[in-house]
Amino acid sequence: MKNIQYVGIAIFLMGLLAFSVIPFIGDYRLEEEIVRENVKEIHQEQLLEVLSPMYGQTYTSNFRFIGDFNDRFSTHNEDLKERQEWDNVIWDDYAFVLTKASSLGPVNERPYFFLLISVVLAVIGGLMYILPLYRHEPDGIKNDGIYFSSMKSRGLLGIITGTYLIVFYIILYWFPAYLTNLVLMVDPLSMALSGNPASQWFLYGFIYTLAILVMGIRMFRKYKGNAYQTIRTASVMFFQLAFAFMLPEILVLLNMPWHDFKNIWPLDYSFFFEYRIDGMVSSGALGMFMLIWGIILIVVGVPLFTYFYGKRWYCSWVCGCGGLAETLGDPYRQLSDKSLKAWKVERYLVHGVLVFAVVMTAMTIANYFMEFGLLGNATDQVHSIYGFMIGSMFAGVIGTGFYPFMGNRVWCRFGCPLAAYLGIVQRFKSRFRITTNGGQCISCGNCSTYCEMGIDVRWYAQRGQNIVRASCVGCGVCSAVCPRGVLKLENGEESGRVSDMPIIIGNKSITVKN
Amino acid sequence: MSNSARKIVIIGNGISGVTCARHIRKKDGQAEILIISGETDHFFSRTALMYIYMGHMKYEHTKPYEDWFWDKNRIALKKAWVTQVDFDKKELLLAEGECIPYNTLILATGSKPNTFGWPGQDLEGVQGLYSMQDLEKMEKNTPAVRRAVVVGGGLIGIEMAEMFRSRDIPVTFLVRESNFWDNVLPKEEAQLINRHIRTHHIDLRLETELEEILSDDTGRVRALKTKSGEEIACEFVGLTVGVRPNITFLEKNNKRLTDNDKTGLDLSLGILVDAYFKTNIPDVFAIGDCAEFRERPAADRKTIEQVWYTGRMHGETLAHNLTANSSVPYLPGVWFNSAKFMDIEYQTYGQVPPTLEPGTDTFYWEKDRTAIRFVYNSSNDNLLGVNAFGWRLRHDFFDTAISEGWTMATVLGQLDKANFNPEFFKNHIQEVLAKYRQKTGRSITIKKPSFFHRLIGSRA
Repeated sequence: MKNIQYVGIAIFLMGLLAFSVIPFIGDYRLEEEIVRENVKEIHQEQLLEVLSPMYGQTYTSNFRFIGDFNDRFSTHNEDLKERQEWDNVIWDDYAFVLTKASSLGPVNERPYFFLLISVVLAVIGGLMYILPLYRHEPDGIKNDGIYFSSMKSRGLLGIITGTYLIVFYIILYWFPAYLTNLVLMVDPLSMALSGNPASQWFLYGFIYTLAILVMGIRMFRKYKGNAYQTIRTASVMFFQLAFAFMLPEILVLLNMPWHDFKNIWPLDYSFFFEYRIDGMVSSGALGMFMLIWGIILIVVGVPLFTYFYGKRWYCSWVCGCGGLAETLGDPYRQLSDKSLKAWKVERYLVHGVLVFAVVMTAMTIANYFMEFGLLGNATDQVHSIYGFMIGSMFAGVIGTGFYPFMGNRVWCRFGCPLAAYLGIVQRFKSRFRITTNGGQCISCGNCSTYCEMGIDVRWYAQRGQNIVRASCVGCGVCSAVCPRGVLKLENGEESGRVSDMPIIIGNKSITVKN
Repeated sequence: MSNSARKIVIIGNGISGVTCARHIRKKDGQAEILIISGETDHFFSRTALMYIYMGHMKYEHTKPYEDWFWDKNRIALKKAWVTQVDFDKKELLLAEGECIPYNTLILATGSKPNTFGWPGQDLEGVQGLYSMQDLEKMEKNTPAVRRAVVVGGGLIGIEMAEMFRSRDIPVTFLVRESNFWDNVLPKEEAQLINRHIRTHHIDLRLETELEEILSDDTGRVRALKTKSGEEIACEFVGLTVGVRPNITFLEKNNKRLTDNDKTGLDLSLGILVDAYFKTNIPDVFAIGDCAEFRERPAADRKTIEQVWYTGRMHGETLAHNLTANSSVPYLPGVWFNSAKFMDIEYQTYGQVPPTLEPGTDTFYWEKDRTAIRFVYNSSNDNLLGVNAFGWRLRHDFFDTAISEGWTMATVLGQLDKANFNPEFFKNHIQEVLAKYRQKTGRSITIKKPSFFHRLIGSRA
């Protein structure tokens, strides 16, 4: 079995290597036709001329091609700006589409082959490693050796992995033109699903979903015998595959706006942006349903479900970010900072982002109804600041790239505005709590160590106090790793839920209030 | 307060000493509090030592309080070994020669592993497991180990076996009794654990005793010989045959030897104390593992209590007595304890002796790795104790049920409320009730929760 696992790792690494090399192979040649096909009418005249020296030239790498394109494009734009011809300045990003269309490489010709040697290989290798895990061992969670693991305790492998993820996210968000080969590779799949060629976001969604599915299977192995973990993992796998990946693509196939029905504002911060609202309003009954469903989720869904179940109903059962954190990120859950200081930073940051999102959305809606009389296009500026700082930088680069450094819930804990909203409801009006079991705690620290949200669970458990915390996503791992059966996630009566002066039972000499 | 500037010195930074310090500080903002320990800089959870070895946690994760906590609560810490106490001058002498004066002294020095004078018990690679130093030693010993033998079928023994298995080191586990820990567990439970130990590929040898430990040329262990004459080649021998009070420095320098001795401390196996944790010397107290009660604190308790929970309660009670106007005797409530045997969690409440006592009866249910046992008074059916394996039970439920003397019918009729298993776990309540009906002919039913109740949560 061990040998199969080693081979699995080797195959996975080969797939990963192919995935990392594929973007840089092949030739590129721009033709006039390509510009005509991919550039908006209003920009065609300008760009046809600006890019004309590139026509017919073969570039042997995407670096040269994109470099040349960017030079010409930005020289032209700068020129216009200098001459204050603001109406002609091109704000659209054509680097990605034109690079993709100009690709002559082998990936273009044999996308399935390249998909096979990269992503499919990595999946197969991953499964070969994962499926035999804990095969002949009795049910039970084995955290053996986690703190001896270079990958899981900020060793060299962890640093390399984190750096790779960070670089990948930076390229994905700001330099997607360099990923065109990978996108070409998944074009046939995208065509089959939605009838449209793939974008970098399709590629991202595809890998993201695969990561959740494969690492979800790892969760089944790792937490075998624990029904809560198994069901919860199956739930995030389902919601990612069906709601976040398949359904939106099918909607596009039906000429509907791309829509993820389980994404909720303010995590889905662009829900009230003009283009989204217009898209929904102009898409008939289904479009109206999207709008009303989205609003119902915000106004009724979040408070109601959180009242009954705590924020876990979303964060560790439904959410896509949570889904990745709970599967791909599970090996890093112990790296979250448990200090009181980190808790303080968390409260400022996460609620700060919530305020930012709310203010931005309020401005946007007000502006929308006043037909842009209020702020003109200033809201666009705010949108792009939020999109850059929060949407891309925080949620993506830091959120996932920092898994191996600060644990798997960095975004959920410090940045997610929806988590902040759910958390406020959970803290003040909910039936959910983690109950501690009388005096059975031995302060061992497994619960705190394995809390991905950095809650010092032990601090409550050892004084017999229920854990009622805004940030708790109800993953249930504290309860699962407790060696003495002290912690239980429960929905119950509100009275007595928050115990500020808990009593530990077992000592009849005195009543011990903590 | 009259004693506002008193200086309280606690020797030992384990659960009892630290609990005592914390609770004194809660009530008394003035007292100077100093905790001295040679073991570690800060309080850590001794029960978590095994997890450090297994790579589940690092030392810092086992510290229940962040390092700033001590300053903030003005609890001074000193890392040093105490060698002697001058009870007359009220001074401690540290190994480095420093003198520390005190007004009140609390001895909370914990335990040390038992040894029984076996030949070879001091060889390299032979050790017990109690302290951080023991863990460091074990870590140092590990690389050379191709087989480890653990001697002593109790809680630390099974932990040590699990520790080695986590590093894929073969383990032979010698248990003197017929079944694992069967001086505490009834036979069925002990056998359940026997089987579980074996599924973890541990070479469990029941009714096997240590004769001697054999040395190689360099003074390291090379093999262990059992009483039946078998030689087991090994590079490590873990001696886990219980612990005893860690009072070596007191025995050496402070033991009261004659009745006229006014400055000697009364020692037996531990430091002798009354129900108020007072030793024979004024202003000197002992709590936790190192204390030995002159009289049992309750009919069902021993004179030496060596459990995390009792250590905590000793600390709480003494802190109360040192800060309140009137003192209370230590009065433990319903006994409870817990452990984890590899993958099987164990909880117990009340009294479940290994063999039934006259006038009591028992009801036991077992399936796969899950088991539950009730012991009750055979004349009035009142619950006396419960053992649970792989089944988490609510402490406050059984604390109430046992102290109020609920009948079996009452307890079983509310077994759903007593359940503390995580959500979605397979519920065995109906099977337990069916077996109870089979045994006693009495039919107890628990109403199934309505769909709505199930939908909104476990404790609707």
